[in-house]
Amino acid sequence: MTELICIVCPKGCHLKVDEENGYKVTGNGCPRGAEYGQKELVNPTRTITSTVRINGKTARRVPVKTSADFPKGKIFDVMAELDKVDAKAPIKVGDVIIENVCGLGVDIVAAKDID
Amino acid sequence: MLYDVIVVGGGPAGLAAALEAKKNGAESILVIERDAELGGILNQCIHNGFGLHTFKEELTGPEYADRYIKMLEGTGIEVMLNTMVLDITEDKTVYAMNKEQGYMNIAGKSIILGMGCRERTRGAIAVPGDRPAGVFSAGAAQRYVNIEGYMVGKKVLILGSGDIGLIMARRMSLEGAEVVACVELCPYSNGLNRNIVQCLNDYNIPLYLSHTITNIKGKERVEEVTIMKVNDDTKQPIPGTEIKFDVDTVLLSVGLIPENELSRGVGLEMDPRTSGPVVYENMETSIEGIFASGNVLHVHDLVDFVSAESAKAGKSAAEYVKNGAADATGTISVKAGTGANAIVPQKIRPANVDKLVEVFFRPVNVYGTSAIKVMAGDKVLSTFKREHMVPAEMEKIVIPKKFLEQVEGNEITISIEA
Repeated sequence: MTELICIVCPKGCHLKVDEENGYKVTGNGCPRGAEYGQKELVNPTRTITSTVRINGKTARRVPVKTSADFPKGKIFDVMAELDKVDAKAPIKVGDVIIENVCGLGVDIVAAKDID
Repeated sequence: MLYDVIVVGGGPAGLAAALEAKKNGAESILVIERDAELGGILNQCIHNGFGLHTFKEELTGPEYADRYIKMLEGTGIEVMLNTMVLDITEDKTVYAMNKEQGYMNIAGKSIILGMGCRERTRGAIAVPGDRPAGVFSAGAAQRYVNIEGYMVGKKVLILGSGDIGLIMARRMSLEGAEVVACVELCPYSNGLNRNIVQCLNDYNIPLYLSHTITNIKGKERVEEVTIMKVNDDTKQPIPGTEIKFDVDTVLLSVGLIPENELSRGVGLEMDPRTSGPVVYENMETSIEGIFASGNVLHVHDLVDFVSAESAKAGKSAAEYVKNGAADATGTISVKAGTGANAIVPQKIRPANVDKLVEVFFRPVNVYGTSAIKVMAGDKVLSTFKREHMVPAEMEKIVIPKKFLEQVEGNEITISIEA
């Protein structure tokens, strides 16, 4: 039995995951918590948010995020890719900045309109 | 021009208030923002976790702001950017200035205060030692890194385990800095549990509970920081527990203070517990027609709650413009009993309550299985069971109108029984 704190939302449910019973999760307030509890022990994943350079009228950086979660061990590989980007303004929320980053099957998308 | 509603501040509070005022029939609405863009602090909060209540999805700060900014389009709500409000008066005149229009008197029928809060500084907590460069408030560092694109240091120690400190621990780690420690005076963290996990544990950053900084050394730049364990009752450092860190940067995440110069200037009744104005059930302050919501009123954990509270203020302002002053017959004061602190609203006018009133407060301590009791004199009005409560998480209880009608005196008390 492993105890975890759910990070899916700010509520932070106290989860118990039973490895010996098919990773059965208890203490979760919603189905997303059950999914997180199982994943965290089998293949932990994270989303990340950061910024990349941009040539905006007033902005020097545009905030970005990964479109979905990806294996936790690859966080710094993704960060290294972000350093190489020079985004071009104008850009809109949701625009893809890097497709399939590091071959992880997730995109880097803009989180703000920049003129 | 006489505006129905003037909103001071174009952050999450101001935006939600303006939109809801519009929906409830206010016609001319002006939002005054001192920055060059709307969205307030959300613009630098690039992490995600926003919007789960409001939009039922997880957004970053800029995305959350973007949703509201786009909702303004086509509503006719006016926005004045780069404009500083200097003063407001009881007759609901707003004195403001900007580079283009100079000094202005803007008249309103109602005002909503949404100025947010600011960070406590090194001076406010009297951290001893030298005064070199490299000591930042966490929010200032966040702005440098996320908006201006400057790294603020390479080896970092963070004082305070509030959410901004934890988020910055991760942010600095992601950008290549080494975060050597997060140091917390209390025996428990003041941030959300999820942030301990995903900001500290994920990056192997140790959390030192019941510790504080006792010395900062450095001539030009921070060179060394000493921390010591503190006695949990007296908060005094315990001799012999010194740990020294070679760091070039200290980030302070030591609390937020509602920014209430304008509120004090106009003479609003203030609450020393929240550092914000005293408000009624509909977010109206002690001066009729002036409302307050968001972090200017009391510091919130989640922007979603700021939006919800501000929508209430916006609706109330529109109703005030339409109907005039609320019926204050039988006003009830809400007092903090054992275990409860920073209650909002501080006053309830039962005649002005529709079906129920939401009351917010913070527990003063960490509680396991416990009960929140609402009492009128010796009589228990209602009891709310809780499994887990911490000061870092604001509690909400809902009191139905029919309970308020049973109150014989003019006071109710909220307390926690462990």
